[in-house]
Amino acid sequence: MDIRHRMAKRAAAYFSAGDIVNLGIGVPSLCNNYAAPGVMFHTENGLIGVGPLAEGLMRVESFCNANGMRFVPVPGSAVFDSADSFGIVRSGRLAATVLGGLQVSKGGDLANWARPGKMVGMGGAMDLVNGARKVIVTMELTAKGQPKILNECAYPLTGKACVDHIVTEQCVIDVTGDGLVLREILEGLTPDDIRRQIEPELLVAEDLTTLAA
Amino acid sequence: MSGKFRPKDEIVALFKDGQTIVHGGFANHGAPNALIDCVLESGARHLTLLGNDTGDPNETIGRLIHEGRVDKVIGSHIGMNAETVELVANGKIELTLIPQGSLAERIRCGGSGLGGVLTKTGLGTIAENGKQKIEVNGETWLLEPALRGDVAIVRARSADPYGNLTYRGTSRNFNPLVAKAAAITVVEADHLVELDELEPDRIVTPGVFVDMILAR
Repeated sequence: MDIRHRMAKRAAAYFSAGDIVNLGIGVPSLCNNYAAPGVMFHTENGLIGVGPLAEGLMRVESFCNANGMRFVPVPGSAVFDSADSFGIVRSGRLAATVLGGLQVSKGGDLANWARPGKMVGMGGAMDLVNGARKVIVTMELTAKGQPKILNECAYPLTGKACVDHIVTEQCVIDVTGDGLVLREILEGLTPDDIRRQIEPELLVAEDLTTLAA
Repeated sequence: MSGKFRPKDEIVALFKDGQTIVHGGFANHGAPNALIDCVLESGARHLTLLGNDTGDPNETIGRLIHEGRVDKVIGSHIGMNAETVELVANGKIELTLIPQGSLAERIRCGGSGLGGVLTKTGLGTIAENGKQKIEVNGETWLLEPALRGDVAIVRARSADPYGNLTYRGTSRNFNPLVAKAAAITVVEADHLVELDELEPDRIVTPGVFVDMILAR
């Protein structure tokens, strides 16, 4: 399994049957391949019940996800307008949202929608990180050798103190009241290997789990 | 079967320079393409677009960007449209970005006789810049004021002569919200139906919000 799918599979392990979940683009969008039966997916343009991508004759003109990809709705799907869609988000009805990240701070601030001088829009991300009960960020630990987990984010924020779990290609880190805690680590790596690639202090969980490479 | 159905030339005549056009559609999906044709045909310029996004380059609502008709964009995301991104970067288009859920609520308020809405979305980010914060029950909220347009352009599935509307699938998105939020609301529908063909319980937008429907 390649790294992207491994990260998606790990993030999807946070979902349980009955959960309603919103997935961002990129690695997060792969999570639906690994979710437990009974998890339903929300798309912010107005539906709960996103199913597999539609191909050939399955392409139904009127069901698109937020990336404009056509899909087949699952039995029990419901459509609604954009106001109800974000009412669902803000009122805590989503068990989780999975998003990509540019930077995460030690306090769980997330920057994922803009780089300085390049602001094309936050879309629904600010609402999602404000409202979802669990915010899971999937991202690589570093970008071009530079750490992405920082004391403070330099890029414009998506939300303050909103991130719960960071799933990377090398480890899983939780944001807690005590600081960042290393929960899981790839076989063959040590906590110090992770510490070298992030800026803040990193605590190690007593029950640190090793992930098979 | 006349009611609010109007010929194209009557609808083209609604669009004038400097108007704010509030539009349905999300990433091209559920966009009112025939009404966008009417805006293009009207020759109207210096428009403000109020809606989720500006579509793909020269597609759906993006055709108004491509043809140079737009001075301002208010939306949540323009990343799909490289032409909009470039015009914003060159200072040719003024861009206001609003978190998508707050945008939906601001348009809903604009159509519902409300002054605005309180949300926590955007607190501690640049989305709060220039906005009022309000304490209610010991919690801090961001005030997102109502937004309205001069003309709303809406894509529906079915429309009857009174302007009662249904939608289909995710092409609903912002359409029922924008249908309420303008001085004049114009609709295009896949199906124009007779009175009483739409069961009252199925109607999403009551005709009271609709002024004109593009006739075939």
